[in-house]
Amino acid sequence: MPLEAFQRGLPSPEPRAVAERQRILVCDAKAAARGLRAGMPVAAALALVPTLRLREREAAAETEALLGIAAWAMQCTPNVALDFPDMVLLEVSGSLKLFGGLAQIAARLRQGLTTMGYSAHLAAAPTPRAASWFARSGKSCLITDAAMLESELSTLPLSVLQSKEEETLFSIGAGSIGDLLALPRDGLARRFGQSLLDALDQALGRLPDPRSFCVLPEKFCATIELPAEATQAEALLFAAQRLLAQLEGFLAARAAGTRRLLLSLAHRAAPATRVELGMVAACREAAHFALLLRERLQQTALSEPVRAITLQVQAIEPLEHSNKSLFSDELQQEVDWPRLIERLRSRLGAAAVHGIVQCADHRPERASVHLDRASAQAEPGAKQLALDFEPRPFWLLERPQALEESGAVPCHHGPLKLLAGPERIESGWWDGADMARDYFVARTADAALLWVYRERSPAGAWYLHGIFS
Amino acid sequence: MPGLAAELDQHPGIWRGGELARSACPGIASGYAALDAELPGGGWPCGALTEILPQHEGIGELRLLGPALARLASQGKFIAWIAPPHLPYAPALAAAGIALARIVIVKTARDSDTLWASEQALGSAACGGVLVWPRQINYTQLRRLQLAAEGGRSLAVLFRPSQAAHEPTPAALRIALATSAGGLALSILKRRGAPLSRPILLPASLAPASSHFPRSFDAHVVDSTTSAAVAAGSISARLALA
Repeated sequence: MPLEAFQRGLPSPEPRAVAERQRILVCDAKAAARGLRAGMPVAAALALVPTLRLREREAAAETEALLGIAAWAMQCTPNVALDFPDMVLLEVSGSLKLFGGLAQIAARLRQGLTTMGYSAHLAAAPTPRAASWFARSGKSCLITDAAMLESELSTLPLSVLQSKEEETLFSIGAGSIGDLLALPRDGLARRFGQSLLDALDQALGRLPDPRSFCVLPEKFCATIELPAEATQAEALLFAAQRLLAQLEGFLAARAAGTRRLLLSLAHRAAPATRVELGMVAACREAAHFALLLRERLQQTALSEPVRAITLQVQAIEPLEHSNKSLFSDELQQEVDWPRLIERLRSRLGAAAVHGIVQCADHRPERASVHLDRASAQAEPGAKQLALDFEPRPFWLLERPQALEESGAVPCHHGPLKLLAGPERIESGWWDGADMARDYFVARTADAALLWVYRERSPAGAWYLHGIFS
Repeated sequence: MPGLAAELDQHPGIWRGGELARSACPGIASGYAALDAELPGGGWPCGALTEILPQHEGIGELRLLGPALARLASQGKFIAWIAPPHLPYAPALAAAGIALARIVIVKTARDSDTLWASEQALGSAACGGVLVWPRQINYTQLRRLQLAAEGGRSLAVLFRPSQAAHEPTPAALRIALATSAGGLALSILKRRGAPLSRPILLPASLAPASSHFPRSFDAHVVDSTTSAAVAAGSISARLALA
């Protein structure tokens, strides 16, 4: 944990270690392969591995990581307790049925922790203390049977007690928990204090072991530090995915989703780059967030290499579990539609994807209005007053195109034949966009139908404004 | 081997030279009986690319699709318009019975974005119809879109210039549009089934609200006081009070 609090951002090419009070506390596999051991003086370690990236232990970073894991783990059970400095306890007996058994929960936790960049020993036991002892000893066993507990506990070494008396106990011939349990209780209590005896009893379930469960934070904010400065979108995404996995657990615990993610990329000197992801519909899937983020990061220009990534979510909203439907088509569309819009917007920009709506205005340019479709539903407030128009073309030109005139007849690839008209549109004097036009349906020499108009002005210029496609 | 022949007959990718292929999913009725009769599946194919090659812009390529789009939208399916050449005009779409709430327009700046967006839309289950106006597209890119279309069940239509008729295509259906006396001539250049030599003539009913056309409409929309006299003088004046 002391190491992973720093290095989960990126796989590091160099050996790394964390030191506390000038002694190596923990080192990674690369450093261990070159002879580093925990407890070694820092000077000796650096002599062995000159390229070692050494960090001083930061208790605050570890605590934050532990809190992050606890919030994430609340997707499995609301009862999560912390056991400082490096233990998270989950009371899962109430969740077994929902998740399909202990093995499934363990697999889910293990996979999630890997995605977030942590490694952990998972252990389950009928009492919290026994579970924490198993995990501490590195024994990944899932014990559900209280009858098996004592025999399994007996094999654990005394180091799981984390007691100052460990050496004394060892010197009187007790090498394992089993040896302690075999000693007479009153003598043990007299020599080592009642607390040792209580701990043993709590582990075996003979004494209650109440824990205070942690409370889920209101907001999500997690930071990941990059061991090496990164500029590549892929590297940033790798680190961001660990945060997104954490976010997914947090949101699942709250049965919520979010529409807005804020990612700030911290640089050495320049102000942080902010990347904001907006969603059409609330969502909590890390995979979907990652997809959107990939597009955004590839387009984001970075002023400097990135040192740390912070993921923040301010507002969450309840997200209901979707029921599986026998006829899944309609449902699939409801789920996929916002996703599709978000994917398109993340690459093309929000303005490039829009809907259209009719507006009760006689001026052709204003009768069709772009609609920022934030949801799949029709806007109820939009003006639904429909005007009874003469035939209108499917295509409207973005800007009317001036037409040449030959012998009082407008031309577009040859002279136009006016089929219908004029439809006089004279409107808009109140808002400055005044227009006075006579519209005609015209046919070109090659039988295309156009919508043209003539300005009602002395010059009387002709324009092409639409195509009856 | 009657067993094998029967089995082959069931395969949607295999058809007899003289017949139309049986489509795995029924087509979307085009609204024109003469056209439906010639299309495998009895309508516009779903889950496959359709290419429409109009001779010129404006001869009725959208009107041809109108009934199918209206049906899709009324079923609550979304229709994506990707890289349209002009602004799709809401009053006309509404008049054609296409629910505007089901239309989304995607504007792209580059050809690569157009293809990407099309692939995304085709691959997602969200769209009932995907209309694409690619500027430049080669066989490999068409093949990619065809594969994406096969993954979904949407109506996938590509509008391409008539010159593209000479290029090979992986699309399941390719129709060239030309004008003929008083109507639209559809030549099916490619379909899953026997080739069709003669064009299908769709009558002039394809023209927009043709009932309006013989007469000259003297519709005026006047709301400024200065031209009220003109409006009053007109026979079928409509006064729109703002």
